[in-house]
Amino acid sequence: MKSITEHTFSRRQFVKLGGGSAIALALSGCASSGSNASSGASASTDAGSSSDSASIKPGFITLHDENSTYDLNFINAAKEACKELGISEDTYMLKTNVPEGQECYNAAAELADAGCNIIFADSFGHEDYMIQAAKEFPDIQFCHSTGTKAHTEGLDNYHNAFASIYEGRYLAGVAAGMKLNEMIDSGKITADQAKMGYVGAYTYAEVISGYTSFYLGAKSVCPSVTMEVTFTGSWYDETAEKEGATKLINDGCVLISQHADSMGAPTACENAGVPDVSYNGSTQDACPNTYIISSRINWVPYYKYAIQAVMDGSAIDTDWTGTLSTGSVELTDLNTSVAAEGTQDKLNEVKGKLEDGSLHVFDTSTFTVKGAKLDSYKADVDTDANYTPDTEVVSDGYFHESEYRSAPYFDVQIDGIELLDTAF
Amino acid sequence: MIRITKRKEMPLSQSMAIRGLSIVLSLVVCGIITTILTGLNPIDVYVTFFNGAFGSARKIWILLQEIAILLCISLALTPAFKMKFWNLGGEGQVLVGGLATAACMILLGDKIPNPLLIACMVVSSIAAGAVWALIPALFKAKWNTNETLFTLMMNYVATQLVAYFIIVWEVPKGSGKIGIINQSTEAGWLPQIGDYKYLLNIILVAVITVLMYVYLKYTKHGYEISVVGESTNTARYVGINVPKVIVRTLLLSGAICGFAGLLLVGGTDHTLTTTIANGRGFTGVMVAWLAKFNPFSMIGSSFLLVFMERGASEISTAYGLNQSFADILTGIILFFIIGSEFFITYKIKFTKKTEEVEKANV
Repeated sequence: MKSITEHTFSRRQFVKLGGGSAIALALSGCASSGSNASSGASASTDAGSSSDSASIKPGFITLHDENSTYDLNFINAAKEACKELGISEDTYMLKTNVPEGQECYNAAAELADAGCNIIFADSFGHEDYMIQAAKEFPDIQFCHSTGTKAHTEGLDNYHNAFASIYEGRYLAGVAAGMKLNEMIDSGKITADQAKMGYVGAYTYAEVISGYTSFYLGAKSVCPSVTMEVTFTGSWYDETAEKEGATKLINDGCVLISQHADSMGAPTACENAGVPDVSYNGSTQDACPNTYIISSRINWVPYYKYAIQAVMDGSAIDTDWTGTLSTGSVELTDLNTSVAAEGTQDKLNEVKGKLEDGSLHVFDTSTFTVKGAKLDSYKADVDTDANYTPDTEVVSDGYFHESEYRSAPYFDVQIDGIELLDTAF
Repeated sequence: MIRITKRKEMPLSQSMAIRGLSIVLSLVVCGIITTILTGLNPIDVYVTFFNGAFGSARKIWILLQEIAILLCISLALTPAFKMKFWNLGGEGQVLVGGLATAACMILLGDKIPNPLLIACMVVSSIAAGAVWALIPALFKAKWNTNETLFTLMMNYVATQLVAYFIIVWEVPKGSGKIGIINQSTEAGWLPQIGDYKYLLNIILVAVITVLMYVYLKYTKHGYEISVVGESTNTARYVGINVPKVIVRTLLLSGAICGFAGLLLVGGTDHTLTTTIANGRGFTGVMVAWLAKFNPFSMIGSSFLLVFMERGASEISTAYGLNQSFADILTGIILFFIIGSEFFITYKIKFTKKTEEVEKANV
C-alpha cells in the first residue's frame, strides 16, 4: 500500500516539476528573444559594411544532409564560399534532403520566390527539374553540378559544372602503385599478384572514367598491376559496399579503392588490414592503419566563381570544368605511416606534369582495348535516350576527357581491368 | 489508483476541445525542446513553421498538392482498413501504378495521339494497382493468409521491379536515373488547368473524396464492408459473401493507389523513382485511422501531417538545423495527437484509496 501512496505523491511532485519547467521556459524564452535582438543588430551592421554583397542571395539544394559524405562536401563548400565572399549566414539559403523529383523543382522555385538570384543543386537526378525551373525563371542563374545537359539545352541561365577528378584519381592511383611496388619489393607479393580491387556504384561514365584513371595511375609506376571492379547499384549503400570490398579482398586483391559515398569499403579494408585509397575526403580517423590517400572535388572555387559572376553581372560558363590548377581537384591527407616512402615527392612530380600538359591521363600509348591501341572513339557527349555516340574524342594521342562537356564521358573498357558484375 | 474505463460517446465539442488542447500542449513541449536544444525563440520558430506551409502562393499550392496525394492514398486504404484488412501495401500499389504510367509514357510516347495515350495510362495504372492488391486479397479470401505480411512484402517486390525498369530505361546509360520523361514533347503529361500546375490533381482527389464518402456511407457495398469489419461471423450469418467482399474491396483499394501513382508520374513528377511514393503508403494508414475512416475528416488529418512536414522542413532551412530536428518536432506533435485519442476513447479515474481497493491489492 505504501508504494501506491508514494506513487501518487511522486505524481504530484511531477506536476509541480512540470510547473517549474514551464516557468523556466518562460524565462529562457525571454532570454533567447533578447539575444536574438542583439544578433539582428549585428547582422544589419554586417550588411552595411559589405555593400557589393548586399544584393546577392545564393540558394543551395542538396540531395541528403551532412550525414552523406557526398553532400557534406557540397554543404561545406557552400558555407566556405559564402564566407569568403562576405555573404552572411542569414543571406544564403540551404535546402537539404531534396529528392530527385518534382520536389527539386518546388525547392528551386521556392528559393527563387525567396529572392535567391543564383541557385545550385548537387545531385545528378536534380538536373531535369533545375532545367524546368530555369525555363520559368529566366532572370535567375541555375547551376547544376555533375549534370550533362547544359551544352545542348541552349538556356542562358542554366549551367553545368564538374571537375577533372580523373586527374585526382590518377594521382591517387600513383600512390596506390607505389604501395604495390613496396609490397613487391618487400617480398609480400609477387609482381603478378599485384591486383587491386575497386568498388563502384554504377557502370556509369563517371565511375568508369574514375576507376580507369585510378588504374592507369597505378600502372604508370607498377606495370604488372591488374584490377577487379564490382558494382553496388547505389551511390550510398554501406552494406553492399562493405560486402563488395570483402569479396574483392577474398578474391586476392591486395589494395582497394572505391567510388561510392559510404564508409563501407574503408571499414572492410581496416577490418581486413588491406590498404585503401579513399574518395570524397580523408577516412584516416576511422581507418588509421589502412588509409593511404583520398581524392575529392573541392567545390569552393566553382561556387565562388559563379556567385562572383552574378555579383559582377558577368556570364557564367555553360560548362565549367575545375582542374588541379583551379584548386577544384584535391588530394587529401597522405597517411605517411601506410603509404610507401617517397610517395609525396612522386605525387608532386606527376601533378606538375599533369598541370603543364606534358602528361595526359588517358594517353592512348599507355593502354589497350581488346589488345589494340585506341585510335578513334566516338563518345556520347550529347545526352539522349538512345545513347548515340556523337563526338570524336581521341586526338593528339590521348582521350580528351571533360573537354567537350564538363561531366565525364570516358566509358571504354580497357585491358587489365576485369568487371566482376555489370548488372548496374 | 488509476482506473481506465471505456467511454460511451463523447460530444463532438468535447472531443474537439481535447484534440485542440493536445495540439496546444504539444506546441508548448516543442517550444521547451527547441529552446533547450537550440536556444532559439520558440515563437519565432512557430512563425517560421507556419510560413513554411502558407508563406507564399506557391507554398500554398505545394501544400494543397501534397495533401491531395496523401489524401488520395489514404482514401485508397480506407475501405480495406474499415474491413479490418490490414493493407500495408499502399506503397507498392502506388509504385506499380506509377510504373505502368511510366511504361505507357516511354513506350507509346510518340506513337499514339496524346488523348489515347493518357487513356492508356489511366487504365493501366489503375489495373496495375488493382492487381497488386488483388494478389494478397485472393490469398486471404481463399486460404486466410496473413495480409499484413503479404501486402508488406508486395512492397519490396514492387520496389525491385521499379528498380529493374529504371535500369532498362535509364538516361544516360549507367546513371540509374530516368529523368523527366518526354520533357520536350510533354507526351502523356496530364493537362494543366490554366497556370495552375497542381489544380487538376487537387480537383480529381476532391472528387474521389466525395465518391468515397458516398460509397462507404450510402451504398450496399459500404455497408457490407463495415459488417465484415465488425465481425466476419456476423457477416456470414446475414448472408454476406465474405471472400467476395474482401476481393472486391481490395480491388478498389489497389485501383485508387494505382491512380495515385498516375497522378504522381503523369501529373507532377514526370519521372519514376523507387522513392516516388515517399512513405505515403504508410503515412496514409495514420491519416485514415486518425480520421476514423471518415473521408471528410481525412482532409483534416492529411492537412495536419503535410502542414507539419512542410513547416518542419522550413525550420531546418531557415535556422540551418538538421532535418532530424524537424523530425523530432513532428514526432512530438504526433505523439500528443495520437495520445489525445486515448483520452477521447477512455476515461481515467483517480480513485481514492478505499477499503475495497486495499483488499484487492493485498
